Amino acid sequence: MKNVLEIKNLKKIYHTKTHETLAVEDFSFDVNDGEFIAIVGPSGCGKSTILSVLCGLEEKSDGEIKFNSNTKIGYMLQQDSLFEWRNILDNCLLGLEINKTLNEESKMRVIKLLTTYGLKDFIYSYPDNLSGGMRQRVALIRTLATNPNLLLLDEPFSALDYQSRLAISDDIYNILRKEKKTMIMVTHDIAEAISMCDKVIVLSDRPARIKSIYNIELENKSTPINNRKDKNFSYYYDKIWKDIDFHV
Amino acid sequence: MYSLEHIKFLKKLKREKLIVTISQLAIFIFFLIIWQLLADLNIINTFIFSSPKKIFETIVGLYKNKNLFSHIWVTVYETIISFSVATILGTFIASLLWWRKRIQKIIEPYLTILNSLPKVALGPMIIIWFGAGIKSIIFMALLISLIITIINVYEGFNSVNENKIKLMKSLGASKYQLFFKLILPNSLNTIISALKINVSMSLIGVIMGEFLVSKKGIGYLILYGSQVFNLSLVISGIFILCVVAAIMYYIVSFIEKRVLKKRY
Ligand SMILES: Nc1ncnc2c1ncn2[C@@H]1O[C@H](COP(=O)(O)OP(=O)(O)OP(=O)(O)O)[C@@H](O)[C@H]1O
Ligand SMILES: [Mg+2]
Repeated sequence: MKNVLEIKNLKKIYHTKTHETLAVEDFSFDVNDGEFIAIVGPSGCGKSTILSVLCGLEEKSDGEIKFNSNTKIGYMLQQDSLFEWRNILDNCLLGLEINKTLNEESKMRVIKLLTTYGLKDFIYSYPDNLSGGMRQRVALIRTLATNPNLLLLDEPFSALDYQSRLAISDDIYNILRKEKKTMIMVTHDIAEAISMCDKVIVLSDRPARIKSIYNIELENKSTPINNRKDKNFSYYYDKIWKDIDFHV
Repeated sequence: MYSLEHIKFLKKLKREKLIVTISQLAIFIFFLIIWQLLADLNIINTFIFSSPKKIFETIVGLYKNKNLFSHIWVTVYETIISFSVATILGTFIASLLWWRKRIQKIIEPYLTILNSLPKVALGPMIIIWFGAGIKSIIFMALLISLIITIINVYEGFNSVNENKIKLMKSLGASKYQLFFKLILPNSLNTIISALKINVSMSLIGVIMGEFLVSKKGIGYLILYGSQVFNLSLVISGIFILCVVAAIMYYIVSFIEKRVLKKRY
C-alpha cells in the first residue's frame, strides 16, 4: 500500500489580538491508500484544526505535510451549508463549477451519484424541502462530485438523531468503500469511530497530541451497524473511553 | 381535490381578507364624509382646511388644463433616475468595499457621519453648485438614498454565514467566484429590501429638492399652493403624492415577489 499522506510534527498556533492559542503540537501520522481513519478526542482539543490545516483552509505553523502527487482532497465540513437558492443538483455541481470541470460527463456522474443514493426524486428540489439526513447525503455528494480520493469529514453525522445517524453512517460507509476512497473522520462518538474505521487516533486535551492509536481488528468486519455487534467491539470501546480525558 | 375541511379553511381565509379590505375602505370613506360634513356645516374653515369636494375640483382642474400628469411625470421621472442611480451605484460601491476591506475601514467614519447628517442642510450649497434645476433635485435625492444603500447592501454582504465562506474556500474558490457564486446571490434579499427603502428615500429626496428649487413637480405644486395660500392645492398635492408613493411601492413589491419566486 502507498501512503496517501504523511504528516510530520505538525504544529498549529492561532493568533488573535489578545491571545495565541496552541491548538496542535507534534502531530505525526501516515495515511495509507484506502484506509478509514477516525480522530477522537475531548472537545476543543484541536480536531477540526487538523482537518482545516490538511485541506489548506488554515496555514500550518510548523511541521511537514506531504501528499502523494495525485491526492485530491474533499473536505466535508461539519455544517452542510447548502445554498438555499440552488436546487440539489446545482448545489452538488458547485465544486465542479469552481474548478471549471463542469461538463456533460461530470454532470451525469453527479446525477448518477444522486440516483444511487436515493435522491433521484429530489434533484430539482431545494434544500429547505429535505430532511437532515438527506441534506447530509447531499453535502457528501457535493464533496464527492469533484472526484477526490482523500476525504476529510468533520463530525459528519452530528446533526442527526441516533436512528438516522446509524442509517446514514452505514450509507456513507458503503459509498466511500465502493468508490475506494481514503477517509479521515473527526467524531465525538467512540462507537462510530470503531464501527466505521480501520484506525482510531485518540488525541490529548488541547494542544492536541497523539495519545494512542488503535488498529481496529474485528472478528468479521462488515458494515458499521453489524460491526457494533462484534465480539471485540466493547474491548476497543473501553480502551478508548479510558484514554479520552472527559471533563464533566 | 381538497377535502371539505380544507375548503372550509380557505373560505375562512377569504372572508377574513374581505373584512379587512372593506374595513380599510370604510375608514377612508367615513373620514371623507365627516370632513365634508364639517365643511358644509361651517364647523371648520374651508379656507384653511379645504374639503374633499374642493380637493376633487382642484385635481379635476389640474387635469383639465393638462398640468396634472406633467407634474406627476416630472416627480416620477426624477425619482426613477435617482432611485436607479442610487441602487446601481450603491451596490457597486458596496461591492468595492467588500472587495477591499481596508478601504471600508478607512472610509467607515465618513460614511457614518454623512449618513446621520440631515441632508436638507446641504440644500443651499447644492443649489449654488448645481443650479436651480433638475440636477440639484437629483443630487439631493441621491445624497439621501445612496449612502443608506451602500450601508445596507454592505451589511448584507457581510452577514453571509461564515461556514458557507469556509465551504467555498475548501472547494478552492477564487475571490471572484466567492463574490459571484456566494456573496451576491446570498445578499439578493437584502438588496431587494434596500430597493424598497430606496423608493421612499428617493421620493423624499426629490420632494425636498423640489421644495428647494423646481418649477414643476408635485413638490413644486405643494410649495406653490402654500405660497398663494391655496390650501386645496396643497392638500391635493399631498394626496397625489400618497397615490404615487403607493404605486411605486407596489411596483417594487411586485418585482420582489417575482424575483424571489424565481429563486425558490
Ligand atoms: N480561527 C481561530 N482563531 C483562534 N482560535 C481558534 C480558531 N479556531 C479554533 N481556535 C481554537 O483552537 C482550539 C481548537 O479548536 P478546534 O475547533 O480545532 O477544536 P475541536 O477539537 O474541533 O473542538 P470540537 O470538539 O468542539 O469541535 C480551540 O481552543 C479554539 O478556541
Ligand atoms: Mg470541531
